[in-house]
Amino acid sequence: MTTLPVPDASTDVRPRKISRKATGADAVFVYSARAVGATVLVITGGVGLFLGWQGYPTLKHYGLGFFTEVSWQPDADILGIAGVLSGTIEVALVAMTIAFPLALLTALYISEYAPAQIKATLVSLVDLMAAVPSIVWGLWGFFLIMPHAAYFAIWLQRYFGWIPIFDVKGADPNAAVPDLSRYAASMFCAGIAVAMMVLPMSCAVMRQVFSQTPEGEKEAALALGATKWGMVRSVVLPFGRGGIIGGAMLGLGRALGETIAVLLILSPSFEIKPRILEVGGNTVSSLIAGRFGDASKTQLSALLAAGFVLFLLTLLVNTLAAVIVNRSRSGAGTDA
Amino acid sequence: MTSTIETGSSIAGQTFMPSYDEDAAPAVPRQSLGRTTIDEKFVRIGTWASAFGLAWLLTQRLLPLPGLPWFLIMWFAAGLAVTAVTGLLTGGMIEVRDRVAGAVVTVGAMLVAGVLVSALAFVVMRGWRPLPHLNFYIDDMAGVGPKDPFTDGGILHAIVGSLIEIGIGVAIALPLGIGTAIFMTEVGGAFARVVRTVVEAMTALPSIVAGLFIYTVFIVALGYPRSGLAASLAIAVMMLPIIARAADVVLRVVPGGLREASLALGSSRWRTVWRVVLPTARPGLATAVILGVARGVGETSPVLLTSGAATFLVTNPTDGVMNSLPLYIYTTVRSGEPVAITRAFAAATVLLAIVLILFITARLLARPKRTKRSRSGRRFTQAPGLVGTNVVNADPLTEMGPVAPRDDLAELYPPALNEEIP
Repeated sequence: MTTLPVPDASTDVRPRKISRKATGADAVFVYSARAVGATVLVITGGVGLFLGWQGYPTLKHYGLGFFTEVSWQPDADILGIAGVLSGTIEVALVAMTIAFPLALLTALYISEYAPAQIKATLVSLVDLMAAVPSIVWGLWGFFLIMPHAAYFAIWLQRYFGWIPIFDVKGADPNAAVPDLSRYAASMFCAGIAVAMMVLPMSCAVMRQVFSQTPEGEKEAALALGATKWGMVRSVVLPFGRGGIIGGAMLGLGRALGETIAVLLILSPSFEIKPRILEVGGNTVSSLIAGRFGDASKTQLSALLAAGFVLFLLTLLVNTLAAVIVNRSRSGAGTDA
Repeated sequence: MTSTIETGSSIAGQTFMPSYDEDAAPAVPRQSLGRTTIDEKFVRIGTWASAFGLAWLLTQRLLPLPGLPWFLIMWFAAGLAVTAVTGLLTGGMIEVRDRVAGAVVTVGAMLVAGVLVSALAFVVMRGWRPLPHLNFYIDDMAGVGPKDPFTDGGILHAIVGSLIEIGIGVAIALPLGIGTAIFMTEVGGAFARVVRTVVEAMTALPSIVAGLFIYTVFIVALGYPRSGLAASLAIAVMMLPIIARAADVVLRVVPGGLREASLALGSSRWRTVWRVVLPTARPGLATAVILGVARGVGETSPVLLTSGAATFLVTNPTDGVMNSLPLYIYTTVRSGEPVAITRAFAAATVLLAIVLILFITARLLARPKRTKRSRSGRRFTQAPGLVGTNVVNADPLTEMGPVAPRDDLAELYPPALNEEIP
């Protein structure tokens, strides 16, 4: 006769304990990875906090006038970033005015118009353009573009001088021998060089988003009889809108912080002026590069505060760009 | 129609299906409908040829617009006008719009390519003269005046300085950056999200501010002299968020199935990372890092503040001022002496060559491996709807961009639901 096994009540059987805790080598891995993360957090966060903390004595010393004062006269203890900040934004806007259409056209060409065989080469070329050092773009802008840009600036002033931004004070565009020195070293010239630096970055983001356009929708547009441009206009551009805006803003963020090309081209002057074709102007980054050497302690913290403002501006623009790209349809995965 | 009546069959008048060989070649070669016809080719080339003539006539004979730039602008404008007219001859406004848009896009892309080529060619043409002299590579500028001929002096000190500075910078930034990326993707948790937010925010730090930070802390506050080490630290601070972010993007597109397969086979997390995740992402990581290095080598502003420009060879990074290529170019151009400017252009050519070598190395490493299954050279096809970035040819530029594929979003919302999300 068989008997059913009777559970032994004396030993308490409980479900096996499940632990997600890492053991052995895994624990070492997890903790060391966490330590590396913490180190990087301390370093990068420390830089940001340090900059912000340095801004405090500056604000205490110069008050809110730090943001409204135009001139930068360390000897008279009058410091303000209104002039350089406006210059920074103007140079960045000039750069984006030039870079945005070119980046958009290049991205469209690579993703839609280029023959399939050369597509990969073109992508490499754009990447190569991004890898060209900024000092080289500075040399290019200073020695190759500036002489030609001066003539273009004269022409702009002659016919569009009634618009304030194309006016040049103290120079007559109709003179027999125009005073070229009034048109050189302008924010316009600096903007051209900066444009070439931010263009590849914007272009890469835009191209990436365009390449994610659902193939089915493109073919549907073509099957309905759309021309290539009709397909681009009705499918690719609306789909990539987030990427276009995001790429442009990302480029703007880079343009705001660009230093060496601006420092090389722009002759420094401290004023708020909308006249981009005129000689002179300044940006926050070239101010830092030009003035750090002879700065006293308070001026150094003022420079750091200016750098912090620039950082906040760039951060704001980059964050907006990231939000726009991720919110748009093109940021998320697409259904086939 | 091969219907034959078989005598002897019980059913008279039976019909037979026509036999059709699916694999046979077509009797007549198929006409390609997509290809441009010879007429269209003629119109396309002729348009720009006629625009060339028009532009010459307008700028050289009719209007007072001398110079090459005006000629190019007029050529473009005339080309668009002729394109519109030829489009109107064969089709309606839709045709015109299509052709003009195509012309604008193509010319825009060619303009960008022209700018890139002009910059590279300009630098090489202005700076080739010192390059054939051997002393340019094995000598430094100690005791060499700005007007001395090219047979004196060289940029060895700048090349060596650049390599030392970027070497130390990479030695600091690379392990920390990739370690952070591994932490953010493979370990995760609330703390990783904090780190990711801060790192992404710090990619916005302008390089000049990174330099100013090191200058203030290391040189002014701690009292160390300007040195190659300070410059390396500035480069490291600048590159760290960039490399961490780029590596994060690359690691995130490693398919989760690979990790799960490894874990399901019983390997530990550490072995999964070391044996599966990192080897899969290796080409992408290499690309991202090398392009980060290329950017670091060419960056002038952090070096400008921290290293100081020596005219002699310095090999000890802690021993006072040290020069580097971008800084040498900048200071030499600023001197304004024609001979010195030519030297600066020659140094820029060397810098470009270094960047180009790094770039080509990155491309070779990232080249997609040829698999036996992919035929007809179409290696870049990927299923639509998958992640936008391929691990192997992950776009190295979007490392800085916000279009990193959001796999966390993709997990929350399966693709079919995507349309409903407002």
